[in-house]
Amino acid sequence: MATGAIEGGFGIYLHWPFCAAKCPYCDFNSHVRHQPVDQARFAAALDRELANFAELTPGRTVQSIFLGGGTPSLMDPATVERVLTAISDKWTLDDNVEISMEANPTSVEAERFRGYRAAGVNRVSLGVQSLNDADLKMLGRLHDAATARAAIETARETFPRLSFDLIYARPEQTLDAWAEELRAAIALAADHLSLYQLTIEEGTPFHALFNAGKLKMPEQELGAEFFALTQDVTAEAGMPAYEVSNHARPGAECRHNLVYWRYGDYVGVGPGAHGRLTVGANRLATATERHPETWLQHVEQGGHGMVENMGLSEEEQGDEYLLMGLRLTEGIDLKRYESLAHRGIDPRRLNALIEHGMVEQLGENRVRATRDGFFVLDAVVADLAA
Amino acid sequence: MTTKPLSNIRNFSIVAHIDHGKSTLADRLIHMTGTLTDREMTEQVLDSMDIERERGITIKAQTVRLIYNAKDGQQYTLNLIDTPGHVDFAYEVSRSLAACEGSLLVVDASQGVEAQTLANVYQAIDNDHEIVTVLNKIDLPAAEPDRIKEQIEDVIGIDASEACMISAKTGLGVDDVLEAIVKKLPPPEGDPDDTLKAMLVDSWYDTYLGVMVLVRVINGSLKKGHKIKMMGTGAAYDVDRVGVMTPKFLQVDELHAGEIGVITGSIKEVADTRVGDTITLEKKPCKEALPGFKPAQPVVFCGLFPVDANDFEDLRAAMGKLRLNDASFSYEMETSAALGFGFRCGFLGLLHLEIIQERLYREFDLDLIATAPSVVYQMSLTDESEVELHNPADMPDIVKITEIREPWIRATIMTPDDYLGGILKLCQERRGIQVDLSYVGSRAMVSYDLPLNEVVFDFYDRLKSISKGYASFDYQLSDYRAGDLVRMSILVNDEPVDALSVLVHRSQAERRGRAMCEKLKELIPRHMFKIPIQAAIGGRVIARETISALRKDVTAKCYGGDATRKRKLLEKQKAGKKKMRQFGKVEIPQEAFIQALKMDD
Repeated sequence: MATGAIEGGFGIYLHWPFCAAKCPYCDFNSHVRHQPVDQARFAAALDRELANFAELTPGRTVQSIFLGGGTPSLMDPATVERVLTAISDKWTLDDNVEISMEANPTSVEAERFRGYRAAGVNRVSLGVQSLNDADLKMLGRLHDAATARAAIETARETFPRLSFDLIYARPEQTLDAWAEELRAAIALAADHLSLYQLTIEEGTPFHALFNAGKLKMPEQELGAEFFALTQDVTAEAGMPAYEVSNHARPGAECRHNLVYWRYGDYVGVGPGAHGRLTVGANRLATATERHPETWLQHVEQGGHGMVENMGLSEEEQGDEYLLMGLRLTEGIDLKRYESLAHRGIDPRRLNALIEHGMVEQLGENRVRATRDGFFVLDAVVADLAA
Repeated sequence: MTTKPLSNIRNFSIVAHIDHGKSTLADRLIHMTGTLTDREMTEQVLDSMDIERERGITIKAQTVRLIYNAKDGQQYTLNLIDTPGHVDFAYEVSRSLAACEGSLLVVDASQGVEAQTLANVYQAIDNDHEIVTVLNKIDLPAAEPDRIKEQIEDVIGIDASEACMISAKTGLGVDDVLEAIVKKLPPPEGDPDDTLKAMLVDSWYDTYLGVMVLVRVINGSLKKGHKIKMMGTGAAYDVDRVGVMTPKFLQVDELHAGEIGVITGSIKEVADTRVGDTITLEKKPCKEALPGFKPAQPVVFCGLFPVDANDFEDLRAAMGKLRLNDASFSYEMETSAALGFGFRCGFLGLLHLEIIQERLYREFDLDLIATAPSVVYQMSLTDESEVELHNPADMPDIVKITEIREPWIRATIMTPDDYLGGILKLCQERRGIQVDLSYVGSRAMVSYDLPLNEVVFDFYDRLKSISKGYASFDYQLSDYRAGDLVRMSILVNDEPVDALSVLVHRSQAERRGRAMCEKLKELIPRHMFKIPIQAAIGGRVIARETISALRKDVTAKCYGGDATRKRKLLEKQKAGKKKMRQFGKVEIPQEAFIQALKMDD
């Protein structure tokens, strides 16, 4: 087995594609069903698909499991237990395995927290998004701020580790209002926060509104100020960014996300999940059917729902390592880049970026984005990859 | 094949404005005379290049022999030379006309006479052609044949009362055209028994047959095995094949006086043939040579550089191949500090430039950067020498120049009344001098003297947009006139970009400079630092813009492990970067070199 992927660790992502309602900004693979979902049948299919991937990855030790969505907190605790058992039956779990789950902070879901904990979940990530009722409504969320605060409390009492998400740079939001909201969030937080700047994604209701001129998004300059403010406030509170949008007290980083960003191996099961697997000499990119019921049929008939399973070229692996790795404040290892891409980074471009203060070199082999560089990271990555 | 008397031969061209149906009519004639079977007919068979079919234009003159059984019971051989309509290829028109005795004048029955109609029909009249007038597209609801007939008589001054009324598309009335060709056009004159005298009308390169020479036999006959001599170049060749185009090449035994046909022989390169040259027998030459034509002179020059420097040799080879078939296109090596190795190329006009560029891209798969087109300037220097300047980057030191002269054209523009104001304003802005303005009904015809340098870039585009496509335009070079011209340099991030420097009239410099800086500001993407863009004459900055630095460009959320989606975006960005050129620290997209010159006003 190639050592390149082992360096990044090994994790399992499981996608639960259902939501109670679609949020107008979200372009993830989520679906609303008006009839109860047959959870036992989906759990059985997930089990089969896991078995298929287990055959591809014999002998690996799982460092993290992540139940994402959609809204995985719509799963019954029994369904969660079933899929976690399926994983532990097929692979060895690390002693310190991180088992994360995304959850919505509604009172109904909070009632299931104990069941999830009992099933083995040891970290929860709540989709709080805002602590302000008007903005929660605008974002199409089904909870209010008070319920979210209560859910945070319940989660804190139930799970060893806790994170929650906020979306900022919302239409009409002021810098001052965000600073206040962010400080309140830090006071509520345990040791991890995900802070995403609102972006307009194609195919969403927000996209249509934005194109119709009915959604006033902050201009690039104001967007930069929001980002700067976020970096300053979190760093002051001892929760600096360790990735573009993720903040933690040292040691509390999300291990699962580190697998992605360190470009490790990960299995992706469930509808519309992506994976990266080192199999023999190949680095495979997998993706499964997005439509839940179609995925279900594929798995039941063929043992898996994969619609893409292709080896990545050296160039593609190099590109992915850059674009994932440079999102981390720890940066990337030049030697690892060379071993993946089979070429080095153009020294002229690297030096120009260093000269402009966008990246810095740490020792001989490590390169990372500077604070200025993080503001324009996509352009920095494009330069280094060119 | 039996030899036909001269009285049963007709040689003719078709002249028309672009889109008036010239090639469709040619197709229809081929079809109706049974020259090609239905299966062989593709649309516009005479336009053999993809670009010609797509754009609906004819670039290379093509010839076809038609056999027609007329109503008088006799069989006629009709030789059609299809000519390009565009002004860039006017020289092809002139030599085709010289090989014929008559022309079909095709006019769109709803649009009427346009600028190219005029230019081409006057050439035909200058060549003593009989003209058969054809009104096309009479089946369209907008057709106004009576009004257009009147217009033809008013504007061109030829009798249109007996014009054929046709629809080339449906075939309606086309048999009348065939009859009119036989009845109204004169047969060729010549003596089949005299010594060989033939005109070299055109030549091109065929992959299988080598150099093919289109000839019009004046006297005598041409046979396989003949040893011929070109009177202009003095070179002698053996004739291997004699034939006619149907439009496929078909071998025949001989070509007689009055006929048009094609020969191949021991000629190695198209460049060895001179259009208008007189062909005769080596052993028994004719007494007098034909007057010949002036060779076509390139009037527009621009630099072509490979986007990928490694493609330079491929570009050289491709240009060599194109030149095989197009002697009017010239190229020589050029080095640019900004763009590396490339070629300075000469063209007959802007359409010619575009076509060559597109052929290089399509037929040879070469990605190119084209620099701003420039005209040929004449300069008198203090040491009393005269030089021609093809490239603004080569401009001599200003103190050594006593006078700069630039080429002027006489332009004819025809337009519906409504757009005249905008067009006059455009011509004035481009330093035009109005020569004439007259009306035919609601259509205005205006003549302007204009410096070619003001037209060469986007004049035609602007004209089309001002007139919503209704104005037509034609020009011919008139003379060289002294002008107060200066070289304007463009500096990006304080470094001059040689490929963007242009010669402009002093009175236009500030406006052009400002427009170029504004355009470049749009065209150059934001960088991580701010970029000043300046236009300067000598050391003096006359316009300036600043591209502000990129402030925020980072994907907030990377969903799950979906690296594929982000990678695809990155691949697009990388491909975009490949199409850029690095100037110092700045990356400039290749289209900027042309786009920067376009004026929006």
